[in-house]
Amino acid sequence: MSRKFPGSWGWIRMNRIDSMFQRLRRKGEKGLITFITACDPDPDVTERLVPAMERAGADLIELGVPFSDPMADGPVIQRASQRALERGTTLPEILALVKRLRTRTEIPLVLMSYYNPVLQYGLGAFAAEAAAAGVDGLIVPDLPVEESGPLLEETAKHGLDLIPFAAPTSTPERLDRTAEVARGFIYCVSLTGVTGMRRELPPHVEEFITRVRKHCAQPLAIGFGISNPEQAARMAGLGDAVIVGSAIVNLVEQYQADPDLLVEKVGGLVRQIKEAITLSSSIRTIGQPTT
Amino acid sequence: MSLPDRNGHFGIFGGRFVPETLMPALEELTLEYEKARQDPAFQEELRYYLKHYAGRPSPLYYAERLTRRLGGAKIYLKREDLNHTGSHKINNTLGQALLARRMGKRRLIAETGAGQHGVATATVAAMFGMSCDVYMGEEDIRRQRLNVYRMRLLGARVVPVAAGSGTLKDAMNEAIRDWVTNVETTHYLLGSVGGPHPYPMMVRDFQSVIGEEVKEQIMEMEGRLPDCLVACVGGGSNAMGIFYPFLNDPVGLFGAEAAGRGLETGLHAATLTAGRIGVLHGALSYLLQDEHGQVLTAHSVSAGLDYPGVGPEHSYLKETGRASYTAITDGEALDAFKLLSETEGIIPALESAHAVALAAKLAPEMGAEQIMVINLSGRGDKDVPEVSRILGVD
Repeated sequence: MSRKFPGSWGWIRMNRIDSMFQRLRRKGEKGLITFITACDPDPDVTERLVPAMERAGADLIELGVPFSDPMADGPVIQRASQRALERGTTLPEILALVKRLRTRTEIPLVLMSYYNPVLQYGLGAFAAEAAAAGVDGLIVPDLPVEESGPLLEETAKHGLDLIPFAAPTSTPERLDRTAEVARGFIYCVSLTGVTGMRRELPPHVEEFITRVRKHCAQPLAIGFGISNPEQAARMAGLGDAVIVGSAIVNLVEQYQADPDLLVEKVGGLVRQIKEAITLSSSIRTIGQPTT
Repeated sequence: MSLPDRNGHFGIFGGRFVPETLMPALEELTLEYEKARQDPAFQEELRYYLKHYAGRPSPLYYAERLTRRLGGAKIYLKREDLNHTGSHKINNTLGQALLARRMGKRRLIAETGAGQHGVATATVAAMFGMSCDVYMGEEDIRRQRLNVYRMRLLGARVVPVAAGSGTLKDAMNEAIRDWVTNVETTHYLLGSVGGPHPYPMMVRDFQSVIGEEVKEQIMEMEGRLPDCLVACVGGGSNAMGIFYPFLNDPVGLFGAEAAGRGLETGLHAATLTAGRIGVLHGALSYLLQDEHGQVLTAHSVSAGLDYPGVGPEHSYLKETGRASYTAITDGEALDAFKLLSETEGIIPALESAHAVALAAKLAPEMGAEQIMVINLSGRGDKDVPEVSRILGVD
């Protein structure tokens, strides 16, 4: 089911997120979504990391808007937020950064922001300016469906996807409501907890994703705690895409003093993860009768 | 119409701004609380513990010497400082612990600033045989050592929070992160009238026993309602507790916020006086924030008021003009701390001293036939080391 939105110049274009999932589906592949905090440690690094991750195989990139009180994030992304805020990062600066990136890449870009920075920017102004800058979607971890009405109205006007969450605790009723409003994809939180790297994959993910699938037709991206190629490959088998954040942000922290090495290390990790996902998708495709 | 509405909104304020993972838990909590509220057995049990364990009703005391000193309205003190654990916080922790037990949750977590809520939570956890982790900022641990020791003595684990300013806001972030992780086994025993629905409503209801008693006691002692009520406001639970039963009565409601070192210095916690509307910790309310929506660090000599947010119902009472809020500086609060100690032999908590300071401004403007009730939310023993450090001991 393809939806069409009027583009910022008035003609009809296909939304970048939808076309990405369609392309993957046609090829029988699973997507890789990577997350970095915008302007961590500075805008130049972000401007280099986005194309580097794209070259390494990322299908969609999430840029985190730093917030003073990131209650859904673990220590790694908390510290990234702190670093970005300490150098004075603001939402207008991030939109300007996206605008610059858009002259060089067509990869889908999604902003992940807590609600308050967006609310203070002004919901209408934010949606208009983010869409004009080339942002494709928005993820707001502290905005459940019940409270998302006002923002949804504005993002819809400007063809911006407001991407909701599904959690292992979500009830069938909540999943139905999520399916009604979701645009782009659904962010499936693999575990009850905050973002961060974990050694073990959570139990019951398979059952959880099956449950979400029953209620939601949108593409499902699985995130939280996926930090290495093996985990990513296993998770990719369950959904349509996997989201890797803290493991990448951890490298940014580790190599922040040497941007060249940082870009190389992140590129390397993204490439390994993408290869593992692609390999596991092709094995599945061979092993399963075509439907 | 009684507020909040079913989604937890007080006008535009309140609501539930939390990760999806927590939403089902909040729905369940709302439902279970609603059932408990209508269950006579639950109410009976709560009343039993409030009376025999917490020592309620707390006295309403005519502060004759303070009245004479200030030379105006007749001043009564609602003695929440005399409750078990030394503050009003026990009213709410008893209610929520009973609720947690009904819901089969054996682990309690809490955030604490001054440590009063932490102590009250550790206390009920000990009594009901539940495990208890209390999140507390490192700066608060330093200035409220006595309460840290009390919590440990009661068998709770005190988890230091170094992030941010090391105060209440950061402790609350960490408590929420714990809850997101352990939501299936853990009850988050939130200590104020902030946070997502149903907390602002539920904590207000559990604290309303304060105002209900005042109503009864003042009718008995004076044969009429007071002219005004004065309470300090950090998150605002003791203030909501005394205000709420009087919302529909012709009684003035005055909240004292912390002006810290002065509003003009930017080092304060006067959310309602100097903040703007925003979202933090699950609710839309007034908030201390910069132009980009980043939350500012609050400052107050009183750890319990050192918070950049405020309960959404207070924001609603401010917007509608039903209550008014005034900022009291550290210096004014310290003066009031001494004033009450000297005139009445009662050492108030630094939080409550803010209410006394506001009362000291209002009372002289009132007539001798008028009646004022100050909610003395807690006792000051915990603050004596910090106050002696600031003022020096001669």
